[in-house]
Amino acid sequence: MPTYRFRVDGKNVSVHSEAEMPLLYALRNDLGLNNPHFGCGLAQCGACTVHLDGEPVRACVMPVSAAAGKTVTTIKGLGTPAKPHPLQAAYVAEQVPQCGYCVNGWIMTAAAVLKRNPRASEAELRDSLAGLKCRCGTHVSIMRAIKRAQQQMA
Amino acid sequence: MLSRRAFFKTSGALVVSFASPGFTTETLAQAKPGLVPSELDSWIAVLPTGQVQAFFGKMDMGQGLDIAVAQIVAEELDVGFDKVEVVMGDTATSCNQGGASGSTGVSNGARLLRRAAAEARRVLVERAAKHLDAPVSQLSVQDGVITGPARKVTYAELIGGKYFHHQVEWNKLTGNPMDIKVPAKEKAPADYKVVGKPLARRDVAWKVFGTDDFVTDVRVKEMLHARVIRPPRAACKARSVDQASIKAVPGARVVREKDFVAVVAPREWDAVRAAQMLKVDWHALDGAFPGSDKLYDHIRAAAVVKREEPVKRGDVSSAFERAAKILAAEYEWPMQSHASMGPACAVAHVDGERCTVWTGSQKPHYVQYGVAKLLGVPTQNVRAIWVTGPGSYGRNDAGDAALDAAFLSKVTGKPVRVQGMRADGTAWDPKGPACVHRARAALDASGNVIAYEFIAKGFSRQHIATNESDPADSLVGQFTGIPPKGTQIFGVPAESYGFENKLLAWETIAPLVESCSPLRTGHLRDPVGPEIHFGSEQFIDEVALAAGADPVEFRLKHLTNPRHQAVVRAVAEKSGWKNLKNRGIAFAERNGTAVAVVAQVEVERSSGRLWARRLWVAHDCGLVINPLQLRLTIEGNVVQGLSRTLHEEVRFDRDSVTSVDWASYPILEMPDTPESIEIVLIDRPELPPTGAGEPTIRVVPAAVANALYSATGRRARRAPLNPERIKSLLA
Repeated sequence: MPTYRFRVDGKNVSVHSEAEMPLLYALRNDLGLNNPHFGCGLAQCGACTVHLDGEPVRACVMPVSAAAGKTVTTIKGLGTPAKPHPLQAAYVAEQVPQCGYCVNGWIMTAAAVLKRNPRASEAELRDSLAGLKCRCGTHVSIMRAIKRAQQQMA
Repeated sequence: MLSRRAFFKTSGALVVSFASPGFTTETLAQAKPGLVPSELDSWIAVLPTGQVQAFFGKMDMGQGLDIAVAQIVAEELDVGFDKVEVVMGDTATSCNQGGASGSTGVSNGARLLRRAAAEARRVLVERAAKHLDAPVSQLSVQDGVITGPARKVTYAELIGGKYFHHQVEWNKLTGNPMDIKVPAKEKAPADYKVVGKPLARRDVAWKVFGTDDFVTDVRVKEMLHARVIRPPRAACKARSVDQASIKAVPGARVVREKDFVAVVAPREWDAVRAAQMLKVDWHALDGAFPGSDKLYDHIRAAAVVKREEPVKRGDVSSAFERAAKILAAEYEWPMQSHASMGPACAVAHVDGERCTVWTGSQKPHYVQYGVAKLLGVPTQNVRAIWVTGPGSYGRNDAGDAALDAAFLSKVTGKPVRVQGMRADGTAWDPKGPACVHRARAALDASGNVIAYEFIAKGFSRQHIATNESDPADSLVGQFTGIPPKGTQIFGVPAESYGFENKLLAWETIAPLVESCSPLRTGHLRDPVGPEIHFGSEQFIDEVALAAGADPVEFRLKHLTNPRHQAVVRAVAEKSGWKNLKNRGIAFAERNGTAVAVVAQVEVERSSGRLWARRLWVAHDCGLVINPLQLRLTIEGNVVQGLSRTLHEEVRFDRDSVTSVDWASYPILEMPDTPESIEIVLIDRPELPPTGAGEPTIRVVPAAVANALYSATGRRARRAPLNPERIKSLLA
């Protein structure tokens, strides 16, 4: 099996694997990074989202070989309890998660959306978050948190 | 305190691990009373630090129930809220209070903790009286410090790290009906300082920073990864399995017992691809299903297996005979999937006659029973440990995963981690039952309602039991030849309309396929609540219209329970009902909780998009423990209810479920999220708290459908109200 080298949350890593193995399995099992989650394996829910060179990708369908030489950021690399990303702080303030399994997808996607378009209108935010799933129905508080973070980042 | 992650590292053996340094199992093992409800120590522990642990036998599924329990315990025990840790989900540390079930977490669950905490306080004050040489009447308690005329003593000094060895009176029942009695008197609501406060949850930060584990993250040394192979069609038998078809995958092997087929491998990706490659010769029963396009014809025509008439008043049939006008309507609701955010996952480690299982099931105590029965070992040899899972709203696929993992661990002799693929969570979870409701009303010449009848007919809500305590209710059980038992039960509208002649009845029909069915029906959030009230609360509007009455006025006129009237009045006021356009209302009760919802919708004729843009809720669940978490719980109910109303329908053809993923089983997404949900909480401190985890979801469907009628003049008698259906309604 070939070896793939890339960076994850600021560290150099290497993974021995079939080229086609999804990046998600490398992150979770070979590197022990538990967020992203497996939600569908079909790029339909977002629970596995990571940033690849700053762009949100669905790690459940992205082959590990496509990460070679690139930089991966997970939610742990986005912010920490001591130095939270504004979206993480807003999520805590708004008490957003219920089961919490979808949180990774929303925060990683919204972080990229706000970076690209800091002044996104409510309608733009709603459209840009289509395709993400939350089964507990926390959508209203997700929007509150994103708008709170947006204000803070302005 | 130990983090949950650290706990897992130490929890391989069957030991009770208290989360505090210097207070270990080893030092106390000799003195620990048995984990039985009649021991106060089974409910409350005071640690040497003064921290308090409350052992809770129900479950929080992310709605902050554990915070409500902590508030109640802090209140009764007179300690700071921050000192109380709620320990739940581990069969080694809590009694079986029934797990998450029927929104009874506060009403049935916390009630016992409240009594236990009050009793612990009473016992501690009595002991302090001796210690301080002062009568109880001269002692006061504040934040775990008991103060007498001359001296003071803390809870920690009195009992920290030691057991109470004190008995409480247990009613000898297990699960939801479990109860205890104590001599201690509980506080009067007027004296509450912590109960009623909008306190924050403790599981938010780790979920947001990714610093702790879900059940999917549990890893045990030397564990194998497994994928269970569900048949491609209903009612399949495995004729043969071609082991050679996965020989290209290193380390992967097949486990087969009768029709239960799985692959295991040391690497997860190898298990996934071996599962995709494995060739199984399935013998299928052709035409097992009617196909979802014929579903309602099937239900109408199917023989009734069981019928009950929970409400029967007056003489309905003779009233219909003298009616000046008869209204009749039928309402249809499809099969729906839990479709939890991720397919279920469990890890099991069978070690000789013992087993530890890590599960996301909302009823870990019943996982313990089910695994023990499956393995043929005594219940106490199994320890089930709940770890946060990918969402749970009833009897979803988590129970199956737990038993699958235990079975595979026994067969392979290794710890086994099972996780489903998406279709296992969408196509193969137990389904909310499809149904057809027949409603009739008789009006006299002046438009008065002289008879009212609502008959719900559908698949049983418990063909699969409410929990996984019996392998007969699990897929591994059924695929290895244990026939399901099935209970026949449905339900009727929950309201207090005082029509003189009134019949509310339900009828159940046989399952489409008896065993090993992807369309087995079971409990999905508020079992049969949205299904029934989609019909009954639309019909009330239809009757109001025929009587020439405003929907709010009509409800207020006929509801006989003042609390029911109060929520209708409150939601009408909050929403500005009188001047609101394109709006609909619905009301229902659920086990003592009254809730009314107003929805305002926008309909886009070209696309068929129905957007429930604004919603208002009035909610009365008695005493409010935590208004912040209650509001968030209600919001989640509204949005999940909208999803089920507007989008969700399990589709199937003659042989297979064709709703297998998020594309074929769409749910509500952000563009369809309401712009606002405004909530009125009616706090009734004088009344004991009832549930909030489910009531609101049952009134959302009819509120939206009634608003659709208000906006378009079209009545939606079949759910979901997806664009395709809206377009055909408006055509």
